[in-house]
Amino acid sequence: MMSYSEILPQLFDTLKPFTKQGFRLKEQTELVAELGLDSLQVMQVLLKIEDHFDISIPLNNLPNIRTVKDLGEEIEKLLKG
Amino acid sequence: MSLFDKFLPIQEARNELLKSGVNPFHITVEKIISPTEAIFNGRKTILVGTNNYLGLTFHPDSILAGQQALAQEGTGTTGSRMANGSFASHKELEKAIADFYGAPYAIVFSTGYQANLGVLSALAGPGDTILIDGDSHASIYDGCRLGGAEIIRFKHNDVTDLEKRLRRLGDRSYRTLIVVEGIYSMLGDRAPLAEIVEVKKRHGATLIVDEAHSLGVLGQHGRGLAEETGVEQDVDCIVGTFSKSLGSTGGFGISFHPEFELIRYTSRPYIFTASPCPSVVASTRATIRVIQAHPELRQQLWTNSRHLYEGLTKSGYILGAEVGPIIAAMIPNKELALAMWQQLLENGIYVNLMIPPATPNGECLLRCSVSAAHTQKQIEKIISAFADLSHVTQTSISPAHVQPDATLN
Ligand SMILES: Cc1ncc(COP(=O)(O)O)c(C=O)c1O
Repeated sequence: MMSYSEILPQLFDTLKPFTKQGFRLKEQTELVAELGLDSLQVMQVLLKIEDHFDISIPLNNLPNIRTVKDLGEEIEKLLKG
Repeated sequence: MSLFDKFLPIQEARNELLKSGVNPFHITVEKIISPTEAIFNGRKTILVGTNNYLGLTFHPDSILAGQQALAQEGTGTTGSRMANGSFASHKELEKAIADFYGAPYAIVFSTGYQANLGVLSALAGPGDTILIDGDSHASIYDGCRLGGAEIIRFKHNDVTDLEKRLRRLGDRSYRTLIVVEGIYSMLGDRAPLAEIVEVKKRHGATLIVDEAHSLGVLGQHGRGLAEETGVEQDVDCIVGTFSKSLGSTGGFGISFHPEFELIRYTSRPYIFTASPCPSVVASTRATIRVIQAHPELRQQLWTNSRHLYEGLTKSGYILGAEVGPIIAAMIPNKELALAMWQQLLENGIYVNLMIPPATPNGECLLRCSVSAAHTQKQIEKIISAFADLSHVTQTSISPAHVQPDATLN
């Protein structure tokens, strides 16, 4: 079972292509506000993450995911099953 | 800060639209003339954006039936079927739609939107999972939310992604509802239903198909994509609307499962709203008879659809991939789409302007919906109005060079 600390670096790697040159991703980075993702890009990011971790993130949980940390914790929760 | 502050961005967007002269999302039909013609801004206009697929909104049988019911049963039912009772005509309409589908169980709702809310929320609740196509209609999203099930989206029309998500669910796939549409309303493409049925069987899931845009359009009897694909027995429920090819209002769900009947007792969008009014019910029943008696309407619809599709393709437009009554031209950006939409209207052609977030993949669309009632001459006029649009594009490129930008696909 992957722990949050193992998930985080993989999450950074998956998110990297969606950031602007030189942007430093942190746990506190706000996904929509700071990365400037539109709804289409959000969907693409989610698909990539879901495939990477082999999970499905329910739409119901999206409103609670604002930061990279929130996303990492959600992934951890889903991997636990 | 007040509650109303959140409307500021909407106001700004609307003002931006108004600068261009007309507001495409708040336009007035000054007078409706026929299924294919209306007056806008004092001008006679050909309608090719109304989902009136079989052109039956003025059918004499449907009008007469509505008038008689209005005179005999009054203007409304003044309440829900559970509280006030069902009119005999509600039950007759349910029987008519069940017979049309050859299914034992049918429930009628006041709109198609409510049919989705009513059926989806009743079928899948807390502890259940719903897998919906990413391009689903808003009523599907809202119905899922109302039920409280876990909602998971799969990639539009991507059976591999669907199956992957079913696998991830493990045993929970037995308590999973898959929701797809027969024809998708924006680009006119169809669900790959044969493959979806296979996958759903393999994982023991339940499948519902929204045939809103395919009823009257697909299948030998016009029952929709499930009929066309030959998988009606493997689809657990079908929902649909009376508001498109049947030219009235209301929605329905049908099923082969006896438990379906019990939705009446649990479905809030069925219980807590007034039942459909008698004239609407009577017109709908009459129109169902019309489409059963006149399969040639469907053939005419397809002839017209091919005609328009070929015409727009020849003019260089990039269209949704499948030929059918929904024909959407992809336009590179919002400003251009709006300008083209306005020019079409000025030239007496009404189409739907569709822009994000209402559209898949952030596309800007000039969406046409073809009718069996369009004459060949009208289709030719529509084609030539589109062909004439070249001068609208600021750089005066011809539509042949109108390419969607690279990010679209
Ligand atoms: C796929 C789909 N489902 C449901 C509806 C809702 O139908 P109605 O307009 O009857 O509420 C629509 C159309 O609006 C639709 O496109």
